[in-house]
Amino acid sequence: MKNNRHVVIIGNGISGVTCARQLRKLDSHVKITLISGESKYFFSRTALMYVYMGHMKFEHTQPYEPWFWEKNRIDLVEGWVESVDFTSKTLHFKSGDNLAYDDLVIATGSKPNKFGWPGQDLMGVQGLYSKQDLESMESLTKEGVNRAVIVGGGLIGIEMAEMLAYKKIPVTFLVRESGFWNNILPKEESELVGRHILEHHIDLRLEEELAEIISDQNGRVKAVKTKSGEEILCQFVGLTAGVSPNIDFLKNSVLEVNRGVKVDFHFQTNIPNVYAIGDCAEFHQAPAEDRRPIEQVWYTGRMHGETLAYTLNGQATAYKPGVWFNSAKFLDIEYQTYGTVPPIWSAEEITSFYWEHSSGKVAFRLLMNKSGEIKGVNNFGFRLRHEFFDRAIKEKWKGENVISKLEKANFDPEFFAPYYLEIQKSFNAQFGTSIQTSKKTFIQKLFGASV
Amino acid sequence: MKFIQKIGILLFLIGVIAFSVIPFLGTYTLEKEQVFSQTKDIHQEKMVEILEPMYGKEYNSNFSFLSDFNTNFNSYNDALKEQALWDQVIWDDYSFPLAKASLHSPVKDQPLLFLMLSIGLAMIGGLLYNLPKYSGEPAGIKNNGIFHSAMKNRGWMGMITGAYLILFYIILYWFPAYIVNLVAMVDPISILLSGNPASQWFLYGLIYTIAILVMGIRMFRKYRGNKYQQLRTASVMFFQTAFAFLIPEILVLFNQPYFDFKNIWPLDYDFFYAYQIDTFLSGGGVGMFMLIWGILLIIIGVPVFTYFFGKRWYCSWVCGCGGLAETVGDPYRQLSDKSLKAWKYERIIIHSVLVLAVVMTVLTIANYFSGFGLLGNVTNQLHSFYGFAIGSAFAGVVGTGFYPFMGNRVWCRFGCPLAAYLGLVQRFKSRFRITTNGGQCISCGNCSTYCEMGIDVRWYAQRGQNIVRSSCVGCGVCSSVCPRGVLKLENDSEDGRINELPIIIGNDSIKLNA
Repeated sequence: MKNNRHVVIIGNGISGVTCARQLRKLDSHVKITLISGESKYFFSRTALMYVYMGHMKFEHTQPYEPWFWEKNRIDLVEGWVESVDFTSKTLHFKSGDNLAYDDLVIATGSKPNKFGWPGQDLMGVQGLYSKQDLESMESLTKEGVNRAVIVGGGLIGIEMAEMLAYKKIPVTFLVRESGFWNNILPKEESELVGRHILEHHIDLRLEEELAEIISDQNGRVKAVKTKSGEEILCQFVGLTAGVSPNIDFLKNSVLEVNRGVKVDFHFQTNIPNVYAIGDCAEFHQAPAEDRRPIEQVWYTGRMHGETLAYTLNGQATAYKPGVWFNSAKFLDIEYQTYGTVPPIWSAEEITSFYWEHSSGKVAFRLLMNKSGEIKGVNNFGFRLRHEFFDRAIKEKWKGENVISKLEKANFDPEFFAPYYLEIQKSFNAQFGTSIQTSKKTFIQKLFGASV
Repeated sequence: MKFIQKIGILLFLIGVIAFSVIPFLGTYTLEKEQVFSQTKDIHQEKMVEILEPMYGKEYNSNFSFLSDFNTNFNSYNDALKEQALWDQVIWDDYSFPLAKASLHSPVKDQPLLFLMLSIGLAMIGGLLYNLPKYSGEPAGIKNNGIFHSAMKNRGWMGMITGAYLILFYIILYWFPAYIVNLVAMVDPISILLSGNPASQWFLYGLIYTIAILVMGIRMFRKYRGNKYQQLRTASVMFFQTAFAFLIPEILVLFNQPYFDFKNIWPLDYDFFYAYQIDTFLSGGGVGMFMLIWGILLIIIGVPVFTYFFGKRWYCSWVCGCGGLAETVGDPYRQLSDKSLKAWKYERIIIHSVLVLAVVMTVLTIANYFSGFGLLGNVTNQLHSFYGFAIGSAFAGVVGTGFYPFMGNRVWCRFGCPLAAYLGLVQRFKSRFRITTNGGQCISCGNCSTYCEMGIDVRWYAQRGQNIVRSSCVGCGVCSSVCPRGVLKLENDSEDGRINELPIIIGNDSIKLNA
């Protein structure tokens, strides 16, 4: 490799930034450039909602202070790439500037899905993904919005509903499925979240789809029409029916793309020295049994970036994801998952244990295979330890063993209600096991919250 | 906002306005007998003579009274100073007791009425505003609108609040004679508790305690469903009310030394001053117990408790300064500076104060045991410098007055020598840490934003590293505001507590430490 090699990364989201940082740790000489038209400094996309709700200012979402980039000699370029000349290894910017590279990393993330709904480009209609989306939403909802409609029941949809609720804007939430996020969550969990959405006075409409968005005389949304024929007056529409790779500027080039940029497990595209990571990359095959060819999660983006940095440093490293994990927060209810918990399963292959607290806001699910080994867990309304489940799932612990050690897996703050006691009792009752339930300490009995 | 909350704000404002107007009420007439009874024997004769022109004269305001007092008093002292007759100069400040004695005001006549109108109304207003908060909403973290608030984001309301607090502290520490009306107003309560009339410190202690109680109730509302926050708030409310406010006064009632059993040197910087030691030694069994108790806290209490629980056992569960910061100061916690630069300043300043406090105390003790032969009165000047610069200006004016500008832990973070001592133990020999939950961090920044000590919690959390920092007071708010369940305050074995090269769990591609 030549000494003054130039690695250029398009996109400064979590994938691109992790790749740049990791590469700098491995190689102090390589020249690294990070390009973004969205924001000069890396920020946490997942925190945009908190800026809207006044929990934070935008600069609080930036994990590194401005001096960090200079100190680590990561050059930041602000601009939008219009096209890539793969033969001459040059990027062409919308501004007319050019930039040459030796290695190119495409990490351009996603864009909100639009499915060709009539009126989807009207004023007052938008998704929520980028910093510009946040700014647009702030100005569009500043005043004069008496009702908003959100289309699509995923994580961004519920975040948008929470954001609008902060502005006291009533929300109608159109969800195509029969339960909230039930393409990911099993029935009971989906219902738990559904109840909580209603508790927040959000008008949740299940099995309801958008037919068209209706304009007023100024080209701004004034209503939506649903497939069941209802017309809902509204001044703002959030489109949150998923995201897809943001690679329009690469279409019709020599680069092989499908929905995303096609890559192998080394993130190598069909062109030498060109790689793709994060939301915009599409693997030829899914990287694991429980994974999809396109991975659109913060954590996977980080792992892609981390892994590719080794390859870029000359240590060819294949992407090998470990035990799956994810998390989210649905209004006030936190959710974590470890391992594999599909929305549905065959009772012949999988045994499910489900416990729900009488409040209906705390729940735990454990899936086991037929030999009783843990496949995965979902937990709602309380916290569990990543390290514990990563190990239990890797080492194929028996479900009974996991439950007996559940106190060690607890990650709730001190003095919180010890839900693991109830879970242990409930497991014993359901499976006829005789797991010794954990003992409360004296201090816990005296001061702690009770289940 | 609910109607009842609006009433609450109205009552609170009326109370604050009454509190601010009361110092200007009434008239001042000084009598010779008052000077006799309020001055020390050695000064009686001179003071009676100096203040001769003032007797029987009615002054319409504290300003005119004190201006005349100062003119007479200073002309006497200045003449002596010019002749360098230092031993004849009267160094004692009699303005406060004489102003209080010569005061004639409706406040003095009906103290309880005015107490209700000012502090009472403000307290009721505060309760009416805080109690209905979040009713009808599900429990959960409610930081909505904090950065859109003029009060909590250095807006005009924050500026006014800060300015008012700073002014209050300046008057309290250096010009108490101007607020004798307020002190007279709380006389009945002081007499009830200790049998003595109030000083400005009693007034301050009363307001301080009420503020912690009312804003503690606000914490109960804000952190509903969060037992950790509820318990530690209840704890600081208890320690302030019982240990800092009531017990010392009641000790005085029973002719014992005034003593706060939870105040620890070097925060309690005058613990080893000669007059304190003399008080303990002449205080019989109780006095001796206080001296031994105080020393045991320093040499055994701090290291042992901090080893098992981290410095939080003191800073966010027991301490009075911490108690105020965690209740009254909670709305401002997000204003602390998280930059690396601020951390550098923090370490230099707080450890300098610790060194200063230790040096001062060692000299004081050495001087005491040498029968003041070693340094004579030099330690007194050191004491007055420390009392002025650190005890009053830093801890009070900056420490609390700057809440709305620099967050609620300015003193605890940059100044408190006890926090520095606890922090050294916490950093190097403790079971306490904030554990990061594997790879679950999404770098959102809520933890760092709401860290009152200005720790960039996210820096550690996003790389899967435990947070072990000397400044962490263990308030637990980072864990409370985390949307993904990433942070947990724990006391656990020392193995693996500090992991300098963490691995983020979940990526099996890489086997090396990152």
